[in-house]
This record gives sequence, C-alpha cells and structure tokens, in this order.
Amino acid sequence: MAKVTFITADDEQITLEGDSGSVMELAVQNDVAGIDGDCGGVCSCATCHVHVAPEHLAKVGSASEIEQDMLELDDNANEYSRLCCQIELNEQIDGVILRVAQ
Amino acid sequence: MNKSELPDPFEQARVESGVGYMNDQDDPVQILLRLKDVRKSAHNWKTFQSGAKPGRIVVPSEVNIRETRQIPFEVDPPEHGGFRKLLDPWFKRPLNDDYQQKLQAQIDELLDEVLNKDSVETVSEFSLKLQSRALTLLLNTPYEESEVWIGWGTHVFRSEGVALDGDKANILYDYIDEQIERAAAKPGDDLYSVLLNSEVNGKKLTKEEVKGVMILTFAGGRDTVINAVTNSIAYFGEHPESLARLKAEPEITGKAVEELIRYFAPLTHMGRVATQDTQVCEHAVKADTRVSLCWASANRDASVFEKPNEVVLDRKVNPHISFGFGTHNCLGATHARTIMNLLLKSLAQKVSSIEILECKENIEDLEQFKRKVGFDSLTVKFKNA
Ligand code: HEM
Ligand code: HEM
Ligand code: FES
Repeated sequence: MAKVTFITADDEQITLEGDSGSVMELAVQNDVAGIDGDCGGVCSCATCHVHVAPEHLAKVGSASEIEQDMLELDDNANEYSRLCCQIELNEQIDGVILRVAQ
Repeated sequence: MNKSELPDPFEQARVESGVGYMNDQDDPVQILLRLKDVRKSAHNWKTFQSGAKPGRIVVPSEVNIRETRQIPFEVDPPEHGGFRKLLDPWFKRPLNDDYQQKLQAQIDELLDEVLNKDSVETVSEFSLKLQSRALTLLLNTPYEESEVWIGWGTHVFRSEGVALDGDKANILYDYIDEQIERAAAKPGDDLYSVLLNSEVNGKKLTKEEVKGVMILTFAGGRDTVINAVTNSIAYFGEHPESLARLKAEPEITGKAVEELIRYFAPLTHMGRVATQDTQVCEHAVKADTRVSLCWASANRDASVFEKPNEVVLDRKVNPHISFGFGTHNCLGATHARTIMNLLLKSLAQKVSSIEILECKENIEDLEQFKRKVGFDSLTVKFKNA
C-alpha cells in the first residue's frame, strides 16, 4: 500500500491509497480536480501534470526523455514537474505530496 | 495480409530534410514532418496562427469556398480560450455513465444488424451510421436526426471527382442555419440552444458564431471518426489474434485505442500561417506563408517510437499527436476515444472474425506524398463469436 497526497489548484488536500497501476489512475478514479488523464496514461495528453514536493523528488524519480519533451512545452512546467501517469503506484512512493499543476 | 496496412509515405523526407512541399493552389505549404518540430510549432501559436483568413489553414485551402470562420478552430488566443472554456465541459460529457450506456446500446444494435450478413460495406453501412448516431449524443439532439446526416452520404463536401465542392457544402450550411433558427424559436437542451444562450469573452454568441462552432462538429468529427472506425474493422479483419487478445485482456483496451489512433492518424495534417519570418529545423519560413503540422508523419517518427510502422496493441509510452497538440488539441477527442473504446470492447465480445471481401483504398494526394488514409469502401463479412 502507498499513500499519496494531492493538493489541487484550490488548495484542497486529498490523501488516497492504492497498490497498483499509476498515480494518474488513482487520481482519476477518485475525481481529483485537474487530473483528467485523457489519453489513459500513455504519455500523449499531458492532462496529468503534477509538481512533486521538492523533498520527495528523489523517491519519485525524474521524467524520461519522452516525458520531458512533453513537459518542455507546458507553460506550468518546472524542475519538479512529472506526468503522473508515468509514476507507478508502489511502496517506494509512500507518503509523497503532489501539487496538481492545472 | 496487408490490406489494413497504412504505409508511411513521409519517412525519407522526414529523415533527410524534415519538411515536404505542396503548392496547393499557389498558396504553398511547407509540411513539417518531425514530431518535435510539429509539437513545438503547434505550441507556438503566436508565430504560427490559426486565425488567418477563414479556410486558409485547411489544406487544400478553402478560402474560395467559404467565409464562415470555424470556431474555435480558426481563432487564436486569447479569444480562443474563452470559447474552449465554454465548450470543454460540454465535450467532456462522453465520460458520463449514462452517455456511455446509450452509446454502447447504439454500437451493440448496429453490430447485431451487420453480424452474419453475407456482406457489409463498412463505410456506408457501419462507420457512417455509427458516427452519425453517436453524434446525436454529443449534440444532444433527437436520434432521428442521424437519418438526415446518413442520407448526405460520406462526403458532405465532395462530389464525385471534385475535391472541393461549394454547392455541396451548402447542404450542410443550410441545414445548420435551419437548426439554429429552430433552436432560437424554441430553445431545448441541445448544443445549438446552449450556445445561443451563452456568453463568451463577455459577449453573447452571434448566430454566425454558433454556426461556426456547429459546422465544425460536423466537419471535424465526420471523416475522422469514419476513417478510425473503418480502419479498425480492416485491422481486426487481418489480425484476429488482436481481437482474441482484447477479449482475454480487456484492461489493455485503452492502450489499444491510443495505438490504433496513432497508427491511423485519421487527420493527416493541418495548416498554420506564419505571422513573421522564422525557421523550422533550418528551413526558412517567410511571414504570411503557410506551414502544415503533419500529425501522420510525426506519429511514425522513429526517433521517438520504436517499431513505428507496426501496431503494438499495448504500447505503453505513446506520445502520438493524432488529436493535435497544445492550444487547438481536438475538442472531440473524448467522444472519439469513447466511441473507439466501446467499439473495441463490443467487437471483442461479439465478433470472432471479420473477413475482408473487397476494398478500395482512399489515397490522399499531397502532391509530393500520396498517403493512404483509409478506404472509400471496405466490404466484409462479420462472423459472430
Ligand atoms: C478520431 C477522430 C478525430 C481525430 C483524429 C481528430 C483530430 C483532430 C486534430 C489533429 C485537431 C487539431 C487541429 C489543429 O491543431 O489545427 C482537431 C481539432 C478539432 N477537432 Fe478533432 N478529431 C477527431 C474527432 C473529432 C470529433 C468527433 C469532433 C467533434 C464532433 C472534433 C472536433 C474538433 C474541433 C472542434 C477541433 C478544433 C479545436 C480547437 O481549435 O480548439 N474532432 N481534431
Ligand atoms: C467547414 C469546414 C470544413 C470543410 C468545408 C471541409 C471540407 C473538406 C473537403 C472538401 C474534403 C475532401 C478533400 C479531398 O477529397 O481532397 C475534406 C476531407 C477531410 N476533412 Fe474536412 N473540411 C472542413 C473541416 C474539417 C476539420 C475541422 C477537420 C478535422 C479537424 C476535417 C477533417 C477532414 C478529414 C480527415 C478529411 C479526409 C477525409 C477522407 O479523405 O477520407 N475537416 N474536408
Ligand atoms: S494521462 Fe495522458 S499524459 Fe498522462
């Protein structure tokens, strides 16, 4: 089991738990505002953009080159950006805090 | 075993120079072929505008056959954002359960109609019907309206042998004018009525603007969806193992939809007009000339996609741009994806095999390139599971 906390654009905090799939799927299943996951998680739509809390970046890992190329053209992107469909939901990321970029 | 293949005619030009060239009625177009260039240029709406003279960003150009500005397609930010804010929630309705149940019922009914018939012409007897009926859900109009749209045939804008037919386009324009007057006189809860009662950027929408939006739901959502559906039938006809896999592993359906849409790229390219002198991958682009963003070529870019010319049904990382990219990304994508998703699930459940009896390819002529986008006709026999 991993706990993940999302902070939405209107500063609502939502903590969710899961043990498989991607972080995007967890967010979509629980209607987290600002995570749409239009492409179903294949890194094509950028509607699952989050900023990882700086202290958790190491746990979550950095974006692949293909993901970086997508993020590069997103106006809200910064060094903490990830497309959360590309973050696997497992124990390694337990406790992370993600700020929804939209 | 290659009727369902869509070859990539752009490869050599994409690798060697990055751009293609099309004269198109003496308003030349530089066709951008590489994924990164297409994405960057789609993102850069200040330099590559959509809000040029109506019809100019379409290739072949439609400046001579229409004046109505298509909305939000031919509008640039910041006005564009106001329109999308109004339209986006409406076009997300396909995510609702009741919408999906109705769509599922439509698809199942249609499949039951064609199953075990000796022969079915997919484009006219399956894809056009599916697309038209599904559109009644998107627009929230009576189901019976789909009969009218099916009656127009597949090419609302085109006569036999004539690429651009202004008279034929008038059928659609006249129909939409009528519908707008009907909705103005007696508002209901269809998209026409909703738009007539809406404000964008602080102003009430004019009838001309409502028309500009509605025309696009017909034009943009017609050939694209018809090609996606028809090409899927051809693909499963030649790949029964993929149909069996979807039945055994329905959880990969979402990925399969994205992969088929990547491979098909139902819309080949779309133009922009440069607002200043600039360059793309070392090619000069002069102010007031056209470029096009070639989604179909970008999707086969081997610097990004492994085995780009193969359908890898469960492709995990798939940054395709069949629905465009950035500002003008496809407003109908949720609807199109939902159709494909439910169609694939129903095919996997109800159909054991599809035999291709006869087909006629639809080859798009981009002068330097000839691209197969799908089929003018595809005759098949569906066998039930
Ligand atoms: C598989 C089916 C479809 C494909 C591949 C597709 C593809 C595209 C692409 C590539 C664009 C971007 C054009 C550009 O950047 O200039 C686009 C825009 C658009 N599409 Fe689609 N489309 C599909 C279905 C639909 C449907 C069903 C509708 C509506 C009924 C629709 C309505 C629109 C509209 C309104 C735009 C303009 C959005 C804007 O300018 O903000 N499309 N589509
Ligand atoms: C009022 C607006 C539009 C008009 C009058 C129009 C007109 C046409 C015409 C005349 C053709 C046939 C071209 C040929 O055979 O060479 C065509 C094909 C096509 N159009 Fe449009 N178009 C419009 C808007 C759009 C938009 C916005 C999209 C997508 C976002 C779109 C997608 C397509 C596609 C994919 C085809 C190829 C169909 C095929 O050959 O199978 N159209 N359109
Ligand atoms: S869900 Fe589409 S990029 Fe993540």
